[in-house]
Amino acid sequence: MFDRDRWYEIWSSLAKNKVRTFFTAFGVFWGIFMLMIMLGSGNGLENGITYGMGDLATNSVFMWTRPTTEPYKGFPRNRRYYFRNDDIQALKDNIPEMGLVAPRLEGGGRQAGNNVIYKQNAGAFNIYGDYPEWNKIDPAEMVQGRFLNANDINHAKKVAVIGRRVYEVLFEKDENPIGKYIRIRGVYFQVIGVFKPKNMNFNFGGDKEQSIHIPFTTLQKVYNYGNIVAWFALTSQPDVDVSVIEQKASKLLKERHNVSPDDHRAVGSVNLEKEFKQMTGLFMGINGLIWIVGIGTLLAGVIGISNIMLVIVKERTKEIGIMRALGASPLKVISQIVTESVVLTSIAGYAGLVFGVLIMELIDKNLPEPGNQETMFMHPVVDFQVAMVALAIVVFSGVLAGLIPARKAVSIKPIDALRYE
Amino acid sequence: MIQFNGIHKSYQTGNNSLHVLKGIDLKVTSGEMVAVMGSSGSGKSTLLNIIGLLDVHDSGDYYLDGKLVKDLNETKAAQLRNKHLGFVFQSFNLISFKNAVENVALPLYYQGVPRRKRNKIAMEYLEKVGLTPWADHLPNELSGGQKQRLAIARALIGNPKVILADEPTGALDSVTSQEVMELFAQINKSGITIIIVTHENDIAHQTQRIIRLHDGKIEKDHKNGHYFHHSEDEKTV
Repeated sequence: MFDRDRWYEIWSSLAKNKVRTFFTAFGVFWGIFMLMIMLGSGNGLENGITYGMGDLATNSVFMWTRPTTEPYKGFPRNRRYYFRNDDIQALKDNIPEMGLVAPRLEGGGRQAGNNVIYKQNAGAFNIYGDYPEWNKIDPAEMVQGRFLNANDINHAKKVAVIGRRVYEVLFEKDENPIGKYIRIRGVYFQVIGVFKPKNMNFNFGGDKEQSIHIPFTTLQKVYNYGNIVAWFALTSQPDVDVSVIEQKASKLLKERHNVSPDDHRAVGSVNLEKEFKQMTGLFMGINGLIWIVGIGTLLAGVIGISNIMLVIVKERTKEIGIMRALGASPLKVISQIVTESVVLTSIAGYAGLVFGVLIMELIDKNLPEPGNQETMFMHPVVDFQVAMVALAIVVFSGVLAGLIPARKAVSIKPIDALRYE
Repeated sequence: MIQFNGIHKSYQTGNNSLHVLKGIDLKVTSGEMVAVMGSSGSGKSTLLNIIGLLDVHDSGDYYLDGKLVKDLNETKAAQLRNKHLGFVFQSFNLISFKNAVENVALPLYYQGVPRRKRNKIAMEYLEKVGLTPWADHLPNELSGGQKQRLAIARALIGNPKVILADEPTGALDSVTSQEVMELFAQINKSGITIIIVTHENDIAHQTQRIIRLHDGKIEKDHKNGHYFHHSEDEKTV
């Protein structure tokens, strides 16, 4: 196996046809290279998007009201209605599969201009009235202080949790914001925490860095929303399909607000689970496509190799005849040709692998840190095991590519091989 | 050493069957130097190929060194060729990308002799045929006579019992032909059986026995009375 002659033999036969050897090897190289690039990119896309989704509760559904489209119980169509505070308890009481109920109010967006002031600094930010449950559905990382708690809700405390960007705009560098009072739409709130959002690919119409959470109850009282709830974020119990609570909640809310059960447009909702399933399906599709295309490219390379081996063996028929006349056993001849083919495919395949992985690493190194941007692409690396499997496929194909012509070469009579010109 | 009993061989070409050997009975004893003659198509090369296990006969019995050759698989045939037979071809059949030593050493490679050892042995055989200075040369850097001497060294290295030469002087001029024939005579003296296929009379006459084939049958098989005599003559001429 490791006889110098054998390697010399292999080298000399490959070196005799440099151009052909190069292009054949290039076929395999390119196949593996493309497979690595595509797999890496697929992984990068998946990593990026799942990172952007972070630890968002995927078993959640968001519901809001829309004008009715059916007349019902004496009410005309096109009636506007609002969810109310008592819906919160009703949802919890009547739907056993319900997990968290997080109502939300929007206290004016940043489009309205500067609405928050601290000392001489002012900024335009999104104001949300929230329950503590919110932080379990779309978790944020607390940089300083804490998130809202039940006490804040019960006593309608005038406290605020601000986004990182809000802190940067309003406060001096290194200034401790905790305990300071900021003026939101003319009312003073005490800052109790600074947060850094985690799920960048999931926004509610605004950059989360530039938002402020205040207690839901406080927002209702201070800004005159009465008992209105803008929308609900609901989660299901573990092991319960989100569509179950989506349907039940929709039915219950319609009943409570005199909306026709057949009015499918009156309660708007987004089912995150459904979206996620679609996305998972998409990734599977992309991955499948990558493998199909990758294997196809690889196969083209391998076919190229077997083709070239066929020609090489044919050209060397006479030489093989001489070898056999001198006493080379068929096994020796076959193993020689197979080794040649395996060496060629392995070297080319390995080169493709290394080059492909190198390129992906290079891209990974030069990719900006995902930080607080929306990310679609992150860590485009190839799984080591997958790479090894691909290489194994190549080597195995190399064996086959050599074996077929080699068997053919020893199946003819030595004298016919000797006479071959 | 070699015994043929009613050997038949025919080639299938499309629908036609070409009957090349039509019942050959032949016995070559150990240490003989035999010439096989005949016009082209008489079957002399086929006869040699069957002896050399490069081709298989259709019917009849072939005994090599006392053993019946029958239903050999290619691995076994390769082994027999490697151990018992040495080949010399008209077109030399040297491996073009291997130098002289490597070419000579090749049969030992298939016997599994380590590289260093087989190259050493190959050098000894190169010396025997007078090619020591050309050890590192590739075949295409050698003259015809040198190439054939190289091929003979290669045939000898496996310590064969029989050397089979198919038109060994066919591509050589008369002077180098003579060198090659002298080499054969020398080898024969060491006890190795030699069978030479040729169509040149003066080559055949330097052997002990001449077998004339005609149309697939042995036409004439006679001791060459002039054997020693003749070669003496050649020398004096």
